[in-house]
Amino acid sequence: MPDKTKPIAITGIGMITALGRGVAENWTRLQNGNSGIHLIERFSTEGLRTKIAGSVDFMGEDPLTIPSHSYSMADAVVDEAMGQAGFAGNGAFPGDLFLAAPPIEHDWATREKLSAQVHMGPKSYYSDHGPYEAAPRELFDHHRDFMNGTISDRIAEKHGITGSPITLTTACASGATTIQLGVESVRRGEAPVALCVGTDGSINEETLIRFALLSALSTKNDPPEQAAKPFSANRDGFVMAEGAAALVLEDAEHAKARGAEILAYVYGIGEAADTFHRTRSHPDGEAIIRSISGAINDAGLSPADVGYINAHGTGTQENDKMECFGIANVYGDAARRVAVSSNKSMIGHSLTAAGAVEAAFSVMTLRDGILPPTINYDEPDPAIDIDVVPNEKRAQQVEFVLSNSFGFGGQNVSLVLGHADA
Amino acid sequence: MNREVCITGYGLISPLGETPEAWWSLLNDPSATAGLVESDAYAPFHVVPVGDYDLASQVPKRGDQRAMEPMMQYGTYAAGLALEMAGLKDDEDLLGETHLVVAAGGGERDWELDQQILAELPGHNDRGAFLNQQLADGLRPTLFLAQLPNLFAGNISLIHKVSGSSRTFMGEESAGVDALRIAASRIRAGQVDICLVGAGYNGSRPDMMFTYHAGNILLTGDMTPLWQRPDAGIVPGSAGAFLVLESRERAVARGVQVRAVLGDVKSGRSHRREGAAVANARQQFGSLHPGIRKGEVGILSGASGFGPVTGEEKSFLKEIAGELGGAPVRGTAQACGHSMDAAFLQNMVLAVSMLERGAICAPLADAPLETAANDVPVSQYLVTSWGHLTGEAMALVEKADA
Repeated sequence: MPDKTKPIAITGIGMITALGRGVAENWTRLQNGNSGIHLIERFSTEGLRTKIAGSVDFMGEDPLTIPSHSYSMADAVVDEAMGQAGFAGNGAFPGDLFLAAPPIEHDWATREKLSAQVHMGPKSYYSDHGPYEAAPRELFDHHRDFMNGTISDRIAEKHGITGSPITLTTACASGATTIQLGVESVRRGEAPVALCVGTDGSINEETLIRFALLSALSTKNDPPEQAAKPFSANRDGFVMAEGAAALVLEDAEHAKARGAEILAYVYGIGEAADTFHRTRSHPDGEAIIRSISGAINDAGLSPADVGYINAHGTGTQENDKMECFGIANVYGDAARRVAVSSNKSMIGHSLTAAGAVEAAFSVMTLRDGILPPTINYDEPDPAIDIDVVPNEKRAQQVEFVLSNSFGFGGQNVSLVLGHADA
Repeated sequence: MNREVCITGYGLISPLGETPEAWWSLLNDPSATAGLVESDAYAPFHVVPVGDYDLASQVPKRGDQRAMEPMMQYGTYAAGLALEMAGLKDDEDLLGETHLVVAAGGGERDWELDQQILAELPGHNDRGAFLNQQLADGLRPTLFLAQLPNLFAGNISLIHKVSGSSRTFMGEESAGVDALRIAASRIRAGQVDICLVGAGYNGSRPDMMFTYHAGNILLTGDMTPLWQRPDAGIVPGSAGAFLVLESRERAVARGVQVRAVLGDVKSGRSHRREGAAVANARQQFGSLHPGIRKGEVGILSGASGFGPVTGEEKSFLKEIAGELGGAPVRGTAQACGHSMDAAFLQNMVLAVSMLERGAICAPLADAPLETAANDVPVSQYLVTSWGHLTGEAMALVEKADA
C-alpha cells in the first residue's frame, strides 16, 4: 500500500561543481568558504560586461558542447552515487531515472562546422553552399547527440534502466524537481529506488549573453571570487555556473534489507506554480510561501522544526528579497532563529543542476552537523533580517534542512531533508 | 490506491484544425490532407503546417501573444480549449489544484540573425569579439524566454492561471508519453486529483530542420506513403495537444462529463539493436492485452516515417493487428506530419474524439496495414509511439461508458 507521505531514504550521492570533482572535495572546499568563480577562458568575453563564471573546466571533453559537457558530468556523478549506494556495476538498476538537463542546442562552433557539411538547398537555412545533398552518414550520431533525450538515454543504457528515462526542465528548479519525481515514484511503490540527476554544462557565449540581456548576471568581475553576494545589500546578480549532482533515492525498508547505508531522508516535497510574471514572483510571495509550507506540511513538521535552510539565494535583488520574504512569512517569529545560507555564494548558480547539487550539500550538512557559510557577506541588507551564516561555516547539528529552488516561468520547489537517525 | 483516471477535456490545434468535426472530416478525406502539405517553403523538405486560427480567443492580451513563438502559442491555445471543455477555465479554485505536466523542446531561434552571423563568422579575424557583438546587439531578451522549454508551461500558468504546479519534460517523442504516464500515475495513486497534460511542437522551423537533416531523417522528393518511406522519411508536422485528466471521484463530485477513461500507459526504452524495440513493444502489448476487447479496438500509431524504425514498427503492428482479429491501424503522420514531442498526445486527443463517435477514420495511407474499419463500433484505442531514435510506448484509452 503506497504511503503518500512516507520519508524516502538517500543511499548515494555524487557531485561536481566548479570547486572540484566528487562529494568529499566539494564539501571540504564549501565548508572552507572557497569560491569556484573565475574569469572565463572557454571563449572570448571581449565586449561583454560579465566576464566571470563558475564553469567546470576539468572534464576534458573535446569538443566541448552543451550535450557532451552535460553528459560527462552527469555520467561521473551517477557513477559516484551508484558506487556509494552499491549499485555500480550491477548493470540493472531497479528503478527509474529522472534527469534534469539544459535544453540542447548547437553551440556556434558546431553550427559553423555543420553548416559547411550539411547542404540543405537554396531555400533552406544556415547553409547556402550549393544544392541539396543527403547528409553524410557519419553525422547520424551527431544528430543523436543534439536531441534533448540523449543524455538520459545514454545514462539509462549504461545502468540497465529499462523504464523510459525522463529528461526534464523546470528552469532553475530542475534539480529539485528530479528529486520530487523520484520521491513520488518510490512512494507510489512503482520501484524501490529512483536515480535523480541534475546536470548543466551550458556556459557559452550565447547563454551568457542571454542571461546578461535579462540583467540577471553580476558584472563585478574583479575579483571574480567576490562577485556572488547573496543577501548582501550590494548584490548585483547571479554568477552562471556549471555542475552536476546525482542522488539515489530508496525505500527505507529496501535499503535496510540489503544493508545499504542511509545517508539522510527526503521527508517532504512542496511545489507551486506562480501565475504572476515570466521572470518575477508575485509581490505577495504566494507561490514561494505555498512551496515552502507545502514541503514542511508534507514532512509532517512545523517550521520551527526545520533549523536550517539551504537557500535558492541567487544573489539577484529580486530573488533574495522574495525568498526571505517567503521565509519570514512561513516562519513568523521563528524566522530569526533559522539559519539560512547560500551555496551559490561559492559555486555560482548551476541552473538546471542547482537543486540537485544543493540537496546533496544538504545531505552533508545533516551528516556532519556543519552549516556552510554565505561568503562575500560584507554589506547586510536591512530589508533582509535573517541569519545568513555570514562568511564562516558553523558547527550546528540540525534534524531537518529545507532546500529551496525557484525558477523563471513561475517554478517553485522546496524539499525537506532529514537526518538519517531522525 | 488504484483510482480510475478519466479524461474530462481535450484540446488540439494541428494541421487538421481545431475541432473534432474538422479532424474527422479531414481524416476521412485523403485528398484534402494531401493538400495540407507545404513543399515549397522549406524545399527540398516537406512540412505540414498549422493553418490560420484565432489565437486571441484563448490568449487575449497582445503582450502575451508577442511573448511566445508558434510552439508556445499552439500549446497555450490547445490548453485553453482543454480547460474550457473540462469546465476549469477561469475557475480559480479548481485551477489552483490543477497540476501541469507538459512535453516541450527548445523554442524557435532567430534564424535570420543566425544566418547573418554565419555568413560572416567562418574565417573572421576577430571571431570572439564579432560573435559577442552580434549576439549582444541582435538577440532580443524576450526571445530567450520564448526559447526556454519550461516557459511553454510557464505561459500556460500565466495566461490560464493554472497554479497547482508545473513540470516540463524534454526528449522528443518519449517526453509526450511520459508526461501522460507520470500525470496518470500521480492521479491513480492519489497524489493529485487533476492534471493538465500536453505538448507542443512547431515543425516549420529552419533551425530544427538543420538539426534533423544532419541525421538525414527528413523526407525529400515525392510524398511517398508513410509506411513505404526510405531512411529519410520524416515530414515535420506541428501541433499543440492537451488533455485534462482527473480521478473518477473528482469528476463525479464536480459533475463534469467524462469523455474517455485512460487505461495503462506503458513507456520504456530499448537499445534499438536488432529486434530490441519489437521485444519491448511485445512486452507492453502483453501487459495491456487482458484489457483489450478484440473487434472493438482501433490502433493509432505515431510512426515517424523514419525508414528503419517505422519499418520495424510496421511489422509489429501488422502482427498485433492480426492477433486482434484484424484491428484497423492508422498512422497519423501520413495526414498531419510527425510532430515529435507532441505526436503521441495529438494521437491521444484524436483517439478520444473518435471514441466519442465510436468509430475510426478511413485508411490514411495506401498500405495493406491500414485495413478498412470493420463494422463493430470502436470502443477502445491502442495508441502507440516509437521514437525516431529511442523509446517505445503504448497506451489504452476507452469509451467513457464502455
